[in-house]
Amino acid sequence: MLSLSNLAVARGGVTVLRGLTLAVAPGQALILRGPNGSGKTTLLRTLAGLQPPAEGTFDLPPDSVAYAAHADGLKSTLTVDENLSFWSRIYGGPATDHAVAALNLTQLTRRRAGELSAGQKRRLGLARLLVTGRPVWLLDEPTVSLDVASVALFADVVRDHLGKGGLAVIATHVDLGLPEATILDLDSYRARVIQSSGFDEAFA
Amino acid sequence: MKALLLRDLRLAFRSGGGFGLGLAFFFLLSILVPLGVGPEGGTLGRIAPGILWVGALLACLLSLDRIFALDHEDGSLDLLATAPIPLEAVVAIKALAHWLVTGLPLTLIAPGLAVFLNLPVGGYPWLVASLILGTPALSVIGAFGAAITVGLRRGGLLLSLLVLPLYVPTLIFGAEVVRRGAEGMALATPLALLAAISLGASALLPFAAASAIRVNLR
Repeated sequence: MLSLSNLAVARGGVTVLRGLTLAVAPGQALILRGPNGSGKTTLLRTLAGLQPPAEGTFDLPPDSVAYAAHADGLKSTLTVDENLSFWSRIYGGPATDHAVAALNLTQLTRRRAGELSAGQKRRLGLARLLVTGRPVWLLDEPTVSLDVASVALFADVVRDHLGKGGLAVIATHVDLGLPEATILDLDSYRARVIQSSGFDEAFA
Repeated sequence: MKALLLRDLRLAFRSGGGFGLGLAFFFLLSILVPLGVGPEGGTLGRIAPGILWVGALLACLLSLDRIFALDHEDGSLDLLATAPIPLEAVVAIKALAHWLVTGLPLTLIAPGLAVFLNLPVGGYPWLVASLILGTPALSVIGAFGAAITVGLRRGGLLLSLLVLPLYVPTLIFGAEVVRRGAEGMALATPLALLAAISLGASALLPFAAASAIRVNLR
């Protein structure tokens, strides 16, 4: 369902990854590994369509992507329920009960998002994925600020998603224990640092 | 799309949402100007159309940077850009929400405040008409400016500098409508031009703003 062919991605005009060629089938997860600054976020943003690839192409069914960034996109003055139902309506998606239950937010639905702890906010941000109803999840460090129990809960959610024929690309250092996971070490795709020719380029 | 409009309105009315900021500014200006100018002669009545329009314009300007900056900070803008509604519609809806929260209330309280400024009686209907036709342009042009400056920290100054020149035609024609109305002169031309600016801006600028956001999100 997701295939990359000779994809290169750039951040701020500098190519960070190149030569990515792979395919991910429905039901599979792709785990991105690599040190800070290796281009995990850039690759995910490119796949989400937020920036164009520097080179090469990738293939995804149209309107299939749900992206979860570092920031959860929560409005602190809205309640948990209001935040979730907003995204649900934007995606014309299902009712929010399922997502609320899956990430153990049932007790919190009437609390304002601003009053939640960091881990609870994260869980709310991840619950948004479920209400989008999209098959391809692009997750950027989804387990940050989650406790051990919540990580396990989230791993269940992802496993369930994969089991239903979904697909996930996850940048994480935590082992989620996913059965069909391919680990992609981005270090080997790192673009060589090319010395820029400096200002004179503009006057050449 | 209705969900986005409702969310933006709800956010504006919740604490810290910024509703009332522009209104309060407009109110204070209309109270302070008469005190500063003094009561002699017909000075106040003569400058009232201009003061009311300048006040409305600056009141709109106050809340412009909130249109996209808040959504950018908390990551919602990234998520909205990957959502099924087109970014052009997001811009249009956010401009509409801004207008409902600032332009429309300004229009509604303007006749009350015009009393302080001794606006001649004939000007009142035209004050409301000009604001209702002109303030949408302020919101849409403002949304465009906000889209251009969305990635910048503290982009408020740049936003004001970008947007002010674009506001000038609206201000000139808007104040002209009220002045002519107050003096009982024909005002069809400035009124038509004012409406033209609003309609043209609403038709074109959402597309420009959406491209600006796409570039800024890269």
